[in-house]
Amino acid sequence: MPGLTRGCGWVEGTEVAQPAAKRVVRRSLAWGTLARLLRHRAFVIGAVLLGFMVLLALLAPWLGSGDPNKLAVRMRFQPPSMDHLLGTDNLGRSMLSRVVYGGQLSLMIGLWVVLLNAVFGVLLGALAGYFSRLDGPLMRFADALMAFPSVLLAIGIAAALGPSVSTVVIALAVVYIPRTARILRASVLVVRELDYVHSARVAGASHWHILFRHILPNSMSPLIVQLSFVFAYAILSEAVLGFLGLGAPPTQPSWGILIAEGRGYIREAWWLTFMPGAAIALTVLGVNLLGDGLRDVLDPRLKIEQG
Amino acid sequence: MMAYFIKRLLQCIPLLLLVSLLSFGLIKLVPGDPAVVMGGTNATAAEIEVIRKNLGLDRPLHIQILSFYGNLAQGDLGRSLLLGQPVKEAIIERLPATVSVALYSMLLTLVFGLAIGVLAALHHNTWIDQGAMTVALLGVSLPNFWLGLVLILVFSVHLGWLPTGGYVEPSTDFLGWLRSATLPAVSLAMLQIGLLARITRSAMLEVLRQDYIRTARAKGLSELAVIGKHALANVAIPVVTVVGLIFSVLLSGSIIVETVFSVPGMGALLGNAILRRDYPMIQGGLLFVATALMLLNILVDVAYAWFDPRVRVGGGH
Amino acid sequence: MREAILSVRGLVSTFRTESGVFPAVDDVSFDVAAGEVLGIVGESGSGKSVTALSILGLLPDPPGRIASGSIRFEGREIVGLPRKALQALRGPAIGMVFQEPMTSLNPVFRIGDQIIETIRAHENIGKADARKRAVSLLDRVGIATPERRMDDYPHQLSGGMRQRVMIAIALACSPRLLLADEPTTALDVTIQAQLLDLLRDIQRDTGMAVVIITHNMGVIAEFADRVLVMYAGRVAEQGPVDAVFTTPRHPYTIGLLGSTPRLDRDEARLTTIPGVLPQLSDTMPGCRFAPRCARRTEACVQSKPPLLEVGAQQQAACFHWDTLSPGETA
Repeated sequence: MPGLTRGCGWVEGTEVAQPAAKRVVRRSLAWGTLARLLRHRAFVIGAVLLGFMVLLALLAPWLGSGDPNKLAVRMRFQPPSMDHLLGTDNLGRSMLSRVVYGGQLSLMIGLWVVLLNAVFGVLLGALAGYFSRLDGPLMRFADALMAFPSVLLAIGIAAALGPSVSTVVIALAVVYIPRTARILRASVLVVRELDYVHSARVAGASHWHILFRHILPNSMSPLIVQLSFVFAYAILSEAVLGFLGLGAPPTQPSWGILIAEGRGYIREAWWLTFMPGAAIALTVLGVNLLGDGLRDVLDPRLKIEQG
Repeated sequence: MMAYFIKRLLQCIPLLLLVSLLSFGLIKLVPGDPAVVMGGTNATAAEIEVIRKNLGLDRPLHIQILSFYGNLAQGDLGRSLLLGQPVKEAIIERLPATVSVALYSMLLTLVFGLAIGVLAALHHNTWIDQGAMTVALLGVSLPNFWLGLVLILVFSVHLGWLPTGGYVEPSTDFLGWLRSATLPAVSLAMLQIGLLARITRSAMLEVLRQDYIRTARAKGLSELAVIGKHALANVAIPVVTVVGLIFSVLLSGSIIVETVFSVPGMGALLGNAILRRDYPMIQGGLLFVATALMLLNILVDVAYAWFDPRVRVGGGH
Repeated sequence: MREAILSVRGLVSTFRTESGVFPAVDDVSFDVAAGEVLGIVGESGSGKSVTALSILGLLPDPPGRIASGSIRFEGREIVGLPRKALQALRGPAIGMVFQEPMTSLNPVFRIGDQIIETIRAHENIGKADARKRAVSLLDRVGIATPERRMDDYPHQLSGGMRQRVMIAIALACSPRLLLADEPTTALDVTIQAQLLDLLRDIQRDTGMAVVIITHNMGVIAEFADRVLVMYAGRVAEQGPVDAVFTTPRHPYTIGLLGSTPRLDRDEARLTTIPGVLPQLSDTMPGCRFAPRCARRTEACVQSKPPLLEVGAQQQAACFHWDTLSPGETA
């Protein structure tokens, strides 16, 4: 390892192990990575935070009043108290229930966006990185999409397609897929030139085999880090879309929609706006911490580019 | 320098074509009949026909594209259905408000983002570092519109120091402008400061490890010269690349923040257009914003070349 | 022995690692006389660079620091000096040249400005005069068309030229002592020879003392008056170059000399020293070289051998120095 030990270590650093690892070595590498992740403070805090929010979302039917739409007009505008942990809204509905059910929707949307990114972003990035003839046109298209500010593009697409949950997912996925594709493409470009890939090709392996067996498994690190940040962006952006009325229909409110609803009563009932936003903040904070931990352990060089 | 600038401008042209095509294609995404959607639920068949004719939706596709580009060439971005005004006009009217708040927020971003990042790096692994990075992390994690609302709660509703919204032009009443623009600018800046601080810190840490910093100390230079001159000059390079990203985030953020604070800027204009399905406005607005962002990115590239002589002055070894 | 310009006594410099704090330089003492060239030689990781960095107070802190010992420059203690005083020393009193010319110059400033900056940091002199001096410095270090080169950026220069610029910077304020840490190691062999000639030339002209650090015995033979052999953070042997080279008194020195290829002998094979350097964290009570030494005894493993007088102004840290003969392998 360069840097720190120069001039003070008495044994030169060992070379980084070649990626052409045998399966046994690969498995122990995975465990080793997991161990290092668990020792990383940011990762653990982030995982706990995110885990907590996910848990709340899963326990939704047993929290608060159990039903986000249950009216109780006599209990309207109750501030947060022991009876109503997060207060009630203008129709007496339990904010706790609304927030945790909203969490279900927001988290699910985030997950879908990540999934779409994982599939299409990887596919496009791998194709662009590996087949140079596809690289030019694919990246031009990606650049064109990235020329629009991300949230703006998402809003535009969502507006065109009409409000629904799938619209939100598609809009957000389209916005982030070019970025994911770029990151994967960069990895593929590097790994493609490694010696063992050349030997595999000389040995007659087909392109697909090389792509899936050799190149992709070794391009994972930046991808995993990117996906964690995509998750964070997705939750934040979904909130924006919901706030602007472009998201899911109000029958199953997401966090963004809840904030929009609360805005009208900001003077009388501050908790209506505050609580859903706090939930978003906590979740995204958790995801960001998790992502930071993943990045530090998996690919510290990214720190320069992404901060 | 000039040659590089021109070169980048020219390189943009194919991208611009694609971008404009995407903007045009946005309307095509609308499921069903866009004219019906724009007309609204109460529109009569006749009204819908009028809309359709006005937007040229009844003509074949290649004619639509041609007329779209024809109009563009003349600087015509279309006509807003809602406002009954040419899109270009509407944008020009609203631009100053957006730009003034954006500049204010950019100033806050640069000052605080750089300061926090450099401070954190200089006090690496101390509580100052941890604290600074926590603040940066929070900035990146909070939804900016929610932060705006919270700020309104605290500073307008509760403390009454600042207005809940609206906008005063700086030329008419500077202090009034300052008061009305502060909360929106801060809401926008939090995310940007978070981004900038984190990257500045990483870049600074990386630079401080370099051999030329050790040389600078070995020359007997004061610590101020080592950090303030030698280190910062090199940190500028990766930081400049982030500024491009920050502009993008800024433009995105404006749309929501202006809505929350009722600032009559481009962002609110677009936001409204989107809610009311004013497709010509959306199209023209998106195209305008994308083009503006591209130009800003070119400026960023030129600045990057200015800061890094290895890019600017080729050759040698 | 002439007046010592630099006097190091019992220097211990430590580094903090994940497993604890360990000495990279462990109780090192030596003198450098005014106008003398001292060569410090040893394997990578023997503590040579750390010694040089310690002298100028340039150890990266964290994780490194001078734990104890004394370093006197012109009679004045410089360990623990306040920062401003150290800054005043660096440049006008002691100059340093580093190993990696490719990364030792700031890439965003012109080389001329980097030289001028050094001059103006220590002397009250106008820009025009400083520039003139910088140009003549570039000329002195053998850079053609120096006036034009002043405005170049480091990336426009080759490695050899960058190192010349580094030397120019180190000499800018006419220091009395120059520390050169492997100045030619990263360069081509032909450039190495040129740069060494340059250094020797300058040393003769200015009469400054030089400490040259290298792992190459040939450089020592060419350039140094006295040599200090370091192993694993400790001094193995020191003395006048002729004496040490003809009658080495430490098994490690013998090994080093034996593994240097020679033109005047017909050797089928170079001798090597078996084993590897101990880890920074390997603490052992006795001689650090013992694990690799064919002549080790129980005494060697148990107690640390002190520096013993083995000849005229020659010292070696070996209990068995008088039983060794040159040409014997370790």
